[in-house]
Amino acid sequence: MIEGFTALYIFMLAAFTGYEIIGRVPAILHTPLMSGSNFVHGIVLVGAMVAFGQAEGFFTQLVAFLGVVLAAGNAAGGYVVTERMLDMFKSSKGGK
Amino acid sequence: MGGPGAFINLAYFATAVLFIVGLKRMSSPKTAKSGILWAGIGMVVATLVTLGHPQLGEMGFFKYFFLLLAIAIGGGAAWISGKRVAMTDMPQMIALYNGMGGGAAGAIAAVELGGKEGHAGTALALAVLGGIIGSVSFSGSLIAFGKLQELIKKPVRFPNQHWLNLGLFAITLLLGLHIISQGGEAGGFVIVLFFLLALALGVSMTLPIGGADMPVVISLYNALTGLAVAFEGYVLNNAAMIIAGTVVGAAGTLLTQLMAKAMNRPISNVLFSSFGGAGEAAGPTESGGSLKPIDPADAAVLMAYANKVIIVPGYGMAVAQAQHKVWELCQLLIARGVTVKFAIHPVAGRMPGHMNVLLAEAGVPYDLIYDLEEINSEFPSADAALVIGANDVVNPMARTNPESPIYGMPILNVDQAKNVLVIKRGKGTGFSGIDNALFTLDNTRMLYGDGQEMVAQLIAMIKEL
Repeated sequence: MIEGFTALYIFMLAAFTGYEIIGRVPAILHTPLMSGSNFVHGIVLVGAMVAFGQAEGFFTQLVAFLGVVLAAGNAAGGYVVTERMLDMFKSSKGGK
Repeated sequence: MGGPGAFINLAYFATAVLFIVGLKRMSSPKTAKSGILWAGIGMVVATLVTLGHPQLGEMGFFKYFFLLLAIAIGGGAAWISGKRVAMTDMPQMIALYNGMGGGAAGAIAAVELGGKEGHAGTALALAVLGGIIGSVSFSGSLIAFGKLQELIKKPVRFPNQHWLNLGLFAITLLLGLHIISQGGEAGGFVIVLFFLLALALGVSMTLPIGGADMPVVISLYNALTGLAVAFEGYVLNNAAMIIAGTVVGAAGTLLTQLMAKAMNRPISNVLFSSFGGAGEAAGPTESGGSLKPIDPADAAVLMAYANKVIIVPGYGMAVAQAQHKVWELCQLLIARGVTVKFAIHPVAGRMPGHMNVLLAEAGVPYDLIYDLEEINSEFPSADAALVIGANDVVNPMARTNPESPIYGMPILNVDQAKNVLVIKRGKGTGFSGIDNALFTLDNTRMLYGDGQEMVAQLIAMIKEL
């Protein structure tokens, strides 16, 4: 169980981590990076799966089912487009 | 805690590490490709172990079947669409996938609020908050997608719109507070109404915003989705979601600020004012000069015998699908000993960095591409600047005319180059409808025509020299 203050610490440290990581990104990578961070919040899939497991009753299960569909779309789509974009970046000195 | 719980937590921990390392590696062009791979491995690990998560409860065969079916439908559809989408359409696809994530966070909130789990205190409050944010991000991103895909052509505006939005926001918030005060016992009707209002809020917030501001909006919704995921992660007691969501929330906020700064549009302005309305008041160009056309043959000679040429591409180049031809032209110039550099404005394309992706697709190496701060001091030493499909980002009025709606926006100082060549389809104003003083300068020459054909002509001329 993640207690309130532990969660607050995690929240704070993760926020600084996110801010610091992005702070040094060159402008040429902004679009792939937005796409990449978009992929990372696709982790909502695991939450949607848990919610689906907990859902009872037709309507709630339907909402949970849609939640899993959407979350899987976020994760898969985010990965594919990021990967495609990053695949194209190359240097004139040869190599990647 | 032992058994499957400990194993799953260990796997989530590994996922959080993989995500952070992955994002870190994505911040340099050299390692970026491996970065997304690392993050991808993290996602697969987390998804697989969650299939055995004790929180799923006792799921029968059918429920497992439907769970896997949902993953297959959502993942499969997104995978295929993501493989097929053209690079020019990337911004709206990112908006779409982001909206899906927000919708999923909203769905989790709905299940947790409506279910028998009986959340209380902080968890209940965060479930409600994540529900609002996720729903707004979902419907808002779908509107952003519609605008970028040009399904919605014009900003929808009417009097007192901001008051309506504010009222909608207040009612949604009050309903949320009501749900919290009921200790999670507020009936199904209230919960459904709450989510419908939150969805409506996302729509009405995004409709009045013009297409040019969409990158900032998408970036903001990206950050919001991250936040919603983190909140729902707390509700579900899931550390991987809290960490990943928060990292994205913080990173996305920073990215949004960077973009808004590049466009000289404070985030509050993007959300609460309407661009374009003021533009018409600016009147005709005050430079008063005339447009001077140039023959493609002369333009070709000018570039071929230059020491340094700076290419300034805008989104118009991508619309004309001219980026491959432009690179071909540059290779010819480079072979003749001309120094060629690309100057990219932070908002060239439809999203910061979008132009870099489009150029990369055409094969332009990233070390020939310079951003605004790096290149602006080099324009005075450039013999020629070739502007293709860019307009507002090279408009010197942003520096000189306080009346102009884009006054104060950082621009590429193309007007300082010895010669400026502008490839433009026609004589009208561009996308934003703002007059451009660059086009009438003494050192500017216009090349009228379709971007791709014009560059093809230039290539042919240079080959003959």
